[in-house]
Amino acid sequence: MIAPLRVIARLGRYTLNGVSRTGFAARFFLAILLHSGTAFRRFGLTIREIYFAGVLSLIIILVSGLFVGMVLGLQGYETLETYGSEEVLGVLVALSLVRELGPVVAALLFASRAGSAITAEIGLMKATEQLSAMEMMAVDPVARVVAPRFWAGVISMPMLAALFSAMGIFGGYLVGVVMIGVDEGSFWSQMQAKVDFGEDILNGVIKSVVFGVAVTAIALFEGYDAPPTAEGVSGATTRTVVTSSLAILGLDFILTAFMFRGVS
Amino acid sequence: MSRAWLDLWVGLFVVAGIGALMFLALKVGSMNTVNKADSYQVIAHFDNIGGLKVRAPVKSAGVVVGRVTAINFDDKSYEAEVTISLDKRYAFPRDSSASILTSGLLGEQYIGLEAGGDSLKLANGDRVKLTQSAVVLENLIGQFLYSKAQEGAPQ
Repeated sequence: MIAPLRVIARLGRYTLNGVSRTGFAARFFLAILLHSGTAFRRFGLTIREIYFAGVLSLIIILVSGLFVGMVLGLQGYETLETYGSEEVLGVLVALSLVRELGPVVAALLFASRAGSAITAEIGLMKATEQLSAMEMMAVDPVARVVAPRFWAGVISMPMLAALFSAMGIFGGYLVGVVMIGVDEGSFWSQMQAKVDFGEDILNGVIKSVVFGVAVTAIALFEGYDAPPTAEGVSGATTRTVVTSSLAILGLDFILTAFMFRGVS
Repeated sequence: MSRAWLDLWVGLFVVAGIGALMFLALKVGSMNTVNKADSYQVIAHFDNIGGLKVRAPVKSAGVVVGRVTAINFDDKSYEAEVTISLDKRYAFPRDSSASILTSGLLGEQYIGLEAGGDSLKLANGDRVKLTQSAVVLENLIGQFLYSKAQEGAPQ
């Protein structure tokens, strides 16, 4: 075959692969939802996965939240002080954490801490033919292995994001009020006056639920689709982190455009 | 790890997560959105609203008594039509006046509600007749320059 035709043929192969992978991902996602019965009937399975995905991510989430909040406090104070309005520091820290940083950074950390682990685990289960063994014993691997992990991720994510935001606000309080000496009363009262429960906090929670679905679904799919070799599993783990990080940032932009348009 | 420990850790995690959410809801945020059920709407017309925005507070004697819920343009009178949602707990006389004020020099704009002396109270759908527009800095400077020019004009 002549060279230009070969290039076009390669393009065609990539397109076909992409389409079939997307189709497989969609059917896989649907299968998770359809086989979720076991995840709730035998809730112990899901609790086990919440421990691995949620509880073990706590340390990194809490420490990152604290430091992000502290940095926000320092940097925000620098700028606000120029305009003599350092009492709105609480508003700055709380709004940026609750609306954006809490859900997004917590989800990014979750993707690299728990998402990669899920992919590696399921990829190895597939490579060592544990999933096939389950099918042999008439146990549905999607219901027994995949669905509990999915729901564990969806349940853990909003809690981790809320903890991240709360910890960040505490960090901002430590730096702003305790260290620099912004007035404590105005720090909290300005925050309460400007942060709305429905508009800001609930929208943040909705964001984190969406991120939880996206990250866990991508991690599970990459693991389930991984080539059953050492190389394949490592490639899938990398793809999980890259794809879900990009998905989080893209989804965040779309959700923000819908949620906060027209809110001053 | 035994099942009991697992349950305990996950339980603690869930309690901490809900606790963080409660902290955000109670200590950080507040239910600013005025509930439709315990508020009444009044309308005020302004020549110029300046930088007033929807959800801006409505204050009387410095206390937040309501929120701006809608801002529209009335093409009959060419004025801004501002819908204000007031807390049902507070009643105001019919002849109260509304003015657009600024908190601080660079702060946000809000509506100040000054009580009048009428014995009838404002009710849902009423219109606040006495209004004062926002101060637009450019107009103010223009007026100042104009009056200065008048002073210096040869007689």
